[in-house]
Amino acid sequence: MENQTTTNIDVGKLIGCVERFRNKGCRLVQIGCTKVGEQYEINYSFDKDYHFENIRLTVTADTEIPSISGMYWSAFIYENEMHDLFGIQVRGMNIDFKGTLIRTAIKYPFSQPPVTVTKGDKP
Amino acid sequence: MSKQIIVPFGPQHPVLPEPIHLDLVLEDEKVVDVIPSIGYIHRGFEKLVEKREYTDYVYIAERTCGICSFVHGATFCQGIEQIMNIDVPERAQYLRVIWSEYSRLHSHLLWLGLFADSFGFENLFMNAWKIREDILDVMEQTTGGRVIQGSCKVGGVRRDISNEKLDMMAKDLDRIDRDMKKLTTVFLKDDSIRHRLRNVGVISREDAYHFGAVGPTARGSGVSIDARKLGYGAYDRLNVQVVTDSCGDSYSRCAVRAKELFTSTDLIRQAVKKIPEGPIDVKVTGAPEGEYFMRAEQPRGELVHYLKGNGTKFLVRSRIRTPTLTNIPPLIKMLQGCELADVPVIVLSIDPCISCTER
Repeated sequence: MENQTTTNIDVGKLIGCVERFRNKGCRLVQIGCTKVGEQYEINYSFDKDYHFENIRLTVTADTEIPSISGMYWSAFIYENEMHDLFGIQVRGMNIDFKGTLIRTAIKYPFSQPPVTVTKGDKP
Repeated sequence: MSKQIIVPFGPQHPVLPEPIHLDLVLEDEKVVDVIPSIGYIHRGFEKLVEKREYTDYVYIAERTCGICSFVHGATFCQGIEQIMNIDVPERAQYLRVIWSEYSRLHSHLLWLGLFADSFGFENLFMNAWKIREDILDVMEQTTGGRVIQGSCKVGGVRRDISNEKLDMMAKDLDRIDRDMKKLTTVFLKDDSIRHRLRNVGVISREDAYHFGAVGPTARGSGVSIDARKLGYGAYDRLNVQVVTDSCGDSYSRCAVRAKELFTSTDLIRQAVKKIPEGPIDVKVTGAPEGEYFMRAEQPRGELVHYLKGNGTKFLVRSRIRTPTLTNIPPLIKMLQGCELADVPVIVLSIDPCISCTER
């Protein structure tokens, strides 16, 4: 099956790292966020010739991260999604929807604590 | 410079089966910029992973889309199987390929019909959907469901297809191929269709690649990417032909989908010939601990299910990156510079699935 690599990096190294992927001719596959405890893991995934590489930031809720939409124009869709669902602050997006890309009933729903399910609970 | 005005397109529009909103910035009749907006039907499926056991979540994953539901379910299962190192029986892998390709046929025929409707060819719309009914009949006969199949599970599949039925399906594909040939000949040869679609919504190969286009949207611009080439399931044992076209316009995207109908029937025939006897599932115990980015080729393009487990029955994260989400930025590029009257055709040419995108 597909060999996948994930490299953890600091926020300060994000732009330089993404620039290297851009210069290698990689395609941006996705940007996705995961809440792990009180922190957020942000995965930036790239592909070239079916070779998948992933870089990961681990940040806190108040960390502002730089946008990569200057290098990958299409990144705005993922960065806005990350902001609207998790409340991640992204600086310098080429198209900033200011929280209106995804209309949600509650603000930043994915930053809420996970639901605890006990036996007998109705789903 | 002419005065700029903004014309709202959607969320309700005759060519849109699902709601997406575009603010079209116009100078006279020319679109100079586009601002997309989604979120009208966001369902929070990804959040549901916290209260559904991973084995039950297959049903949720399937409901991400009402067209390519099987592919979503299979992709989720394959992601979990990767994390848990589950060796899925060969027969189940071939069955997944067969159902995935029937899903592609169903999706592409549905789209061809809707596309014909968008440029006013009602008869062609009805003919495309007539053939689609034959595909849905097979799905119903073999899984019990027309659009939501529920036949995939972690560790294999729930239902087998007898060898006699598989032979009948392969034989019936000859007739379906003949019907599809007649249908696609109109799409590809008719002068009025060619005139309506050629040089409409052009995106270059470079732009399609760098703006993240996937599936027929990318392949219509000559970008030869197809996640089936990764060899997941039984695809590594089959000859997968990647269909591309070079013009990057609405006609090219239509041509790619029309030709892909025949690569799907070819893959089903190959799978029917090679499918081995044996079990269709394995017993699954324990819970996933680890993460995996499962990529698969949905009818609209590359689909990514990112799954992360912590050793409990409930996953920490299920993130679904659908092809339409990543095809929105290329769509903006296609619309810039087009005529207002061409917007519906261009929007439909990427085969937008908003329920997938909103998940």
